[in-house]
Amino acid sequence: MPDVDAILLSRIQFAFTVSFHIIFPAFTIGLTAWLCVLEALSQATGLPVYRRLFDFWIKIFGVAFGLGVVSGIVMAFQFGSNWSELSRRTGPIQGPLLAYESFTAFALEASFFGVLVFGRNRIPPLLYLGSALLVTIGTSLSSFWILVNNTWMQVPTAFTTTDTGTFVPTDWRGIIFNSVVLVRFLHMILAAYVTTSFCVAATGAWHLLRGSYKAESRVMLRMGLGLAAVLVPIQLLVGHLVGDYVVHLQPSKIAAIEGRWHDEQPAGEVMFAWPDEATESNLFEIRLPAPFGSLIDSSSLTSKEIGITSIPLADRPPIVIPFFSFRIMVGIGILMLLLSWGGGFFAWIGELEAKRWLLWPIFLSFPLGFVATLTGWITAEVGRQPWTVFGQLRTADAATPTLHTAEVVISLAIFCSVYTLIFVFGALYIYRLLRAGPGPSTLPFAGLSNAKRPLALPGEAALPPPAE
Amino acid sequence: MLEFWVAALSLSLLLYVLLDGFDLGVGMLFPFAPDERSRRHLMASISPIWDGNETWLVVAGTILFGAFPLVYSIAVSAFYLPVILMLLALILRGVAFEFRYKAGPAMRRVWDAGFVGGSFVATFVQGTLVGAFAVELPIDGVHFTGGPLFWMHPLALSCGVGLCIGYAMIAACWLIGKTEGDTRAFAYRVLPALAIALLVFLALAFIIALNYHLRVMDRWLQRPALVLFPAAALLAAWGLYWGWKNQRDRLLFPCGAMIFLAAFGTLAASFLPYMVPFTITIEQAAAPQSSLEFMFWGAGLIVMPMTLIYTAVVYFIFRGRVSDADGYGSEHAATAPAGGSDKGAETAADSARL
Repeated sequence: MPDVDAILLSRIQFAFTVSFHIIFPAFTIGLTAWLCVLEALSQATGLPVYRRLFDFWIKIFGVAFGLGVVSGIVMAFQFGSNWSELSRRTGPIQGPLLAYESFTAFALEASFFGVLVFGRNRIPPLLYLGSALLVTIGTSLSSFWILVNNTWMQVPTAFTTTDTGTFVPTDWRGIIFNSVVLVRFLHMILAAYVTTSFCVAATGAWHLLRGSYKAESRVMLRMGLGLAAVLVPIQLLVGHLVGDYVVHLQPSKIAAIEGRWHDEQPAGEVMFAWPDEATESNLFEIRLPAPFGSLIDSSSLTSKEIGITSIPLADRPPIVIPFFSFRIMVGIGILMLLLSWGGGFFAWIGELEAKRWLLWPIFLSFPLGFVATLTGWITAEVGRQPWTVFGQLRTADAATPTLHTAEVVISLAIFCSVYTLIFVFGALYIYRLLRAGPGPSTLPFAGLSNAKRPLALPGEAALPPPAE
Repeated sequence: MLEFWVAALSLSLLLYVLLDGFDLGVGMLFPFAPDERSRRHLMASISPIWDGNETWLVVAGTILFGAFPLVYSIAVSAFYLPVILMLLALILRGVAFEFRYKAGPAMRRVWDAGFVGGSFVATFVQGTLVGAFAVELPIDGVHFTGGPLFWMHPLALSCGVGLCIGYAMIAACWLIGKTEGDTRAFAYRVLPALAIALLVFLALAFIIALNYHLRVMDRWLQRPALVLFPAAALLAAWGLYWGWKNQRDRLLFPCGAMIFLAAFGTLAASFLPYMVPFTITIEQAAAPQSSLEFMFWGAGLIVMPMTLIYTAVVYFIFRGRVSDADGYGSEHAATAPAGGSDKGAETAADSARL
C-alpha cells in the first residue's frame, strides 16, 4: 500500500483535476443545445439576429470546448495512474462504461466540433445544423455514461466479486437503467442547462447595462431567463428526488449533509451550524424543530432519521465539507429561482430594460450555475468517503500500490501550474469575447454568405459587409 | 470476442499513431516553417481534425480499461510520471489551437511554445513507452513492482527520439498533400532529411536491442516470417523516395503511413500472444466475458464502424489544400492587409495592456 501522503495527494489531485474539468462540460452541454436552437431559428426565420448570436456564442463555445476536451483526456488516464487498484478491480464494470462514453460521445463531439467551427461554408445549411445536433447529442451522451459510471460507484449493483477482488458484472441493464441513474442524470443535465441559461441571460444583461447590442441582448435575456424560469423549479424537484436515494442508500452521507449527529425520531432540521467533529455536536446551530427533518428526508411526520454517531467511526465521511457544499448549492438554487422568476416576469411585461437594479444581479449571476454544479458534485463525492465504491472498496485500498509521495507532489505541482495558466487565460479570452459582443451582421444562410470573417469586430457593425 | 477486442485495440492504437502522429508532427515542424503565413497554414491544415485524431487515444485507453483492465492498471500506473507529462503536453498543445489567435504577440509566443514543446514531449513520451514495453516491465502477476524511473532505459529513450523523427516525417508527407506554395516547398525540403534520420534511428535501435540481449530479439529468430514487415517498410521507403523525386504529392502520405504500419505490425507480431511482454498474455489480461460481450454488442459492433465512417466523412469535408481563408488564422490573414479598425488593431491594443 502506498503511504498516507501519496493517497491524500492523489485525492487532492483527482478532486482538483475533476473539478477543473466539470466547469467546461457544465457550460458546453447547454451551450451546444443553445447553438442548435439559434441555428435552427436562424435557418427557419432568416432573421440576422439569430445568426449573429450563433457566431458570437460559437467563439465562446470553441474556447470552453477545447478546455473541456484536454482536461477530459486527463480524467481517462487518472483512474489508472493514481487508482490502479480501483481500475484493476472494477475495470470490468467501469471500463466498459467509460469505453461507451468515448465511443458514443467523445469521438462524436470531437469530430463534429471541427465541422461546427470550420465547416460552415463547406456543407449545406441542413447538414451544418445536423452537425450541431450531433455535438449536442454527443455532450449529453457523455454526461449520461459518466453519470452511470459514477452512480455505480455511489450505489454499486449487479456484480459479484472473485477471489482476486475483481468485480464481475452480472446484469448490465441493472447497472445502466436504474432509477438512481435516471434522477442523477436528469439532475446533471438540468444543472448544465440552467448554468448556460444564466450565462446567456447574464451576458444579455451586461450588454444592456452597457447600452450595446440591444436587439441581441433582448433575445439573450428573454431566452435565458425564460428557460431558467421553467427549469429551475424542475431542478429543485429533481434535486429532492436525488436526495431520496441518498436517504435510502447512503445514510452516512445524508447524516453529514444534514449535520445530524444522533438518531432522531421524528427528526428536526438543521438550517445553519458549524459541525464540530471533535465534540460530535453543532456549534451556533439554527434548527427547525421536529418533524421538519423527517418531512424533508422521508416525507413523513414520524420517521426515524439516522445520525452520524450511529455510523462506525471508520465509515464516516468528513462532515463539514458536504454540510456546507450542500447548503451553498441549495442556496444558489433558491437565488436562481428568484432571479429567473423576477427577471422573467419583468421581461414578460417588457419592463426589464428599465430596471437596472435587476439587470445588475442578473449580470452578476454568470458564475452561479458553475458554483452550484461544483458544490453539488463535492457533496456527492466527499459524502461518499471513505469509500471509492460505496460499501465495497475503500479509497485507501483503491490507490496505486507503488505510488511514491514525491511522484504525486511533482504531478500535482505541474497540474496546478498548467491548469492555473490555461484557466486564467481561457477565462480572460472568454471574458474578452463576451465583452466584445456579437459581431456585425452576416447573411443568415451558410454557404451563401461571405463567412470568411466570422470574428470581425463590433466596431464594424455599422459598416456594410466587406467586399473582398 | 477476445480476438475482436484485440483487433479493435490494435486498430485504435494504429489510427491514433497515424492520425495524431501527423498532427503532432506538424507541431514539431512548426518552429521551422519559413514565416508566419506558413505557420498559419500548418495550423489550419490540422485545426478541424486534431480533436478527432486525439480521440483515438481516449478510445484506445478506454478499450484497454474495459477489455483488459489488468493491463490498463499496470501500464498506466507503471508509467506514472511519463503519462502525466504526456497528458500535460497534450493540454498545452490542445489549447494553443484556440488561444494563439486570441492572444497578443507576447502571449502568442507562449502558446506557440506550448504547441511546439507539447508536441515534442507527447511524442517523445509515447515512443519511450513503446520502447519500455519491449524492455519488459517488472511485474509480480497483477502489480507493477518497478521504481518510478525504470522507463529511463537507453532503448526506451532512443525510441522516444525515433518517434519524434517518425511523426515529423509523416507530418511532412501530410503537409505536402495538404498545402501549397512556400509551405509545400518547405515540407519537400525537410522530408528527405527526416526519412534518412528515421532509417538511421531504426538501425541504431536494432543495435541497442542486440546489445542488451532483449528477449524480443529471440522472437525474431523464432519467427522468421516477421521479416515480411521490414520488407514492406523498405518497399514503402522506396515509394517515398520515388514520390519525392517525381513530386507525386498524393503518394507520399500513404507511403509514410505504410512505414508506420510495418513498424506497428513488427512490434505487435513479436509480442503476441503477450499483452505485456513477456509476462501477461492476452488471455490473462482479458476482462470477464460479460464485460467483453456488453462492449461488443453496442460499442464494438455498431458504434465503432459508425465512428470510422464519420471520421472519414469529416476528412472528406475538409479535403483539399488549405488556403489563407481556412482555419482560425483566416480573419487575420484576410483583414491584415486592410489594416483597418479590426483585429490587428485590437491585438496590438491587447498586447499593450498585457
